[in-house]
Amino acid sequence: MNPENYLYLSALLFTLGACGVLLRRNAIVVFMCVELMLNAANLALVTFSRMHGNLDGQILAFFVMVVAAAEVVVGLAIIVTVYRSRHSASVDDASLMKL
Amino acid sequence: MNDLQAPDIEWVALSPSLIVFGAAILGVLIEAFLPRKQRYYAEVAVSTLALAGAFAAVVGLAAGGHASGEAQVAGMGALAVDGPALFLQGVITLVGLVSVFLFAERRLEPALHGASVDSFAAAPAAVPGGPAEKEAVRAGWTTTEIFPLLLFAVGGMLLFPAANDLLVLFIALEVLSLPLYLLCAMARRRRLLSQEAAVKYFLLGAFASAFLLFGVALLYGYAGTVSYSGIAEVVSGEPGAIEPGLAGTMGNDALLLIGGAMLVMGLLFKVGAVPFHMWTPDVYQGAPTPVTGFMAAATKVAAFGALLRLLYVVLPGLRWDWEPVLWGVTIASMVGGAIVAITQTDVKRLLAYSSIAHAGFILAGVVAVTEDGVSSVLFYLGAYSFVTLGAFAVVTLVRDSGGEATHLSKWAGLGRRSPLLASVFALFLLAFAGIPLTSGFAGKFAVFRAAADAGAMGLVVVGVLASAIAAFFYIRVIVLMFFSEPKADGPSVVIPSPFTSTVVGLAAVVTVVLGVAPQYFLDLAGQAGVFVH
Repeated sequence: MNPENYLYLSALLFTLGACGVLLRRNAIVVFMCVELMLNAANLALVTFSRMHGNLDGQILAFFVMVVAAAEVVVGLAIIVTVYRSRHSASVDDASLMKL
Repeated sequence: MNDLQAPDIEWVALSPSLIVFGAAILGVLIEAFLPRKQRYYAEVAVSTLALAGAFAAVVGLAAGGHASGEAQVAGMGALAVDGPALFLQGVITLVGLVSVFLFAERRLEPALHGASVDSFAAAPAAVPGGPAEKEAVRAGWTTTEIFPLLLFAVGGMLLFPAANDLLVLFIALEVLSLPLYLLCAMARRRRLLSQEAAVKYFLLGAFASAFLLFGVALLYGYAGTVSYSGIAEVVSGEPGAIEPGLAGTMGNDALLLIGGAMLVMGLLFKVGAVPFHMWTPDVYQGAPTPVTGFMAAATKVAAFGALLRLLYVVLPGLRWDWEPVLWGVTIASMVGGAIVAITQTDVKRLLAYSSIAHAGFILAGVVAVTEDGVSSVLFYLGAYSFVTLGAFAVVTLVRDSGGEATHLSKWAGLGRRSPLLASVFALFLLAFAGIPLTSGFAGKFAVFRAAADAGAMGLVVVGVLASAIAAFFYIRVIVLMFFSEPKADGPSVVIPSPFTSTVVGLAAVVTVVLGVAPQYFLDLAGQAGVFVH
């Protein structure tokens, strides 16, 4: 199968993720959409790695997975703390500093 | 697999970041094994020594010629050890060192239950005002984890401007960002505001780094390598060897253009330039003020370093494509930041918008694409980071019963009540405005001259106009401090420990010295203006 198709899929996933970040209101869902974007980048990296016949892209994908895990730890910690003090994870409710 | 070779690592050339990361891990161990009472002293000692050591290592490397003749690419092509990297690493370690003092300050908050406390929450994970937090406050707990977090962030910032391949660029970005997200959430007062700032910073930061990562993927797809020099060769159309995969992708300009744009976008977000600045005012206002000072000063230095290297080493072949875009961003940042700042009523928000405008001024030097442009940006970053740190240090000192009095109306008449502090703050504001005999003037002059020499007169004209607008609101604050009657229930200025006094004093000295006798430092930045390829 032509590997380019995976690139189209990855671009589609990335766009879906980006739209989700912009449209969804729950911080957890927004965060999941960011993760979707990271995984779309992973798919693109692995595909390019296959097209070029070298391993740089696959190694990068491993690093991205580790970074994504670290980001989950930090992100969920922050979101859960906010949920505890406000009883809401909506990004619209976080508006104490609006002009 | 007999032919697996161990990588060559130039330990000495990489020592600044290694020292900082080692100390950060030591800090984590201190948190795990030392009793609570001793942690604060151990952490402050370790952080101070590590950052001083890292600075000494940077100076040693620069003195050994790594900044000029012996510039090299270390760590199997992962990190550059050259003039711009070492200069910015020097600035970042110094800023980090001074920030440790701001973090360690314990005389500003009134003592609780006999224990002196800092400006960070006793138990950041506990519900604000809840039983768990009261318990922690009664027990006199403090969050000493801030010091390892600061060190990890500094470590990431040291790698960021030195990154010489896309993998290290992405990892360094995350290593510097993740600790900052956490630090933002840890204010002792106004905890809801602080948590809100952290959520916004985190979600937007993660969004921006996802864009950067997809840009990395596309550029890798275009060039078949992640190394900066390798990509630059493919961009200029002269790759070393054309593999079959590369022959298929190197003609595909869509990959290159979209990938490059996404990378630059991710970096402009960290820099805080319009239109990627939305997070700046909220995060600067909500984060604990010592963290804001550190973040405003050091992140900007690191991110501009990475941006410079990306544009000058990887994408010089695309210059005609990115230059007009950056022109637009520069003008939007200078004008937008300066105009919106006029309407602000909160000191921290005002400084945030001023930092957006300054991002624009620095970008004017980046757009010049000359060696002078690089050196002027380096000098500007060094000068600007100390002014920023000093200004936020002053903000921590002006307090009333509710903590820091950041509303501008409360600063009325401060000059009559504590003339010394108000004068120092006025000095910082004048430096922001770029008045002669302050470091701000020398920096702005260097940047605008480099831009003018490179033929970007339009930018210079807009920049000078924006500076004039910006000067208006800086002067307005000075007038407010010195020429209006103090209010009866106004804030008081707390006498700090030697920690904060050192920060404010050092920042003031740097501001004056760089303003009165900038030549030595301009020469230093001038010698450091060449990237290794």
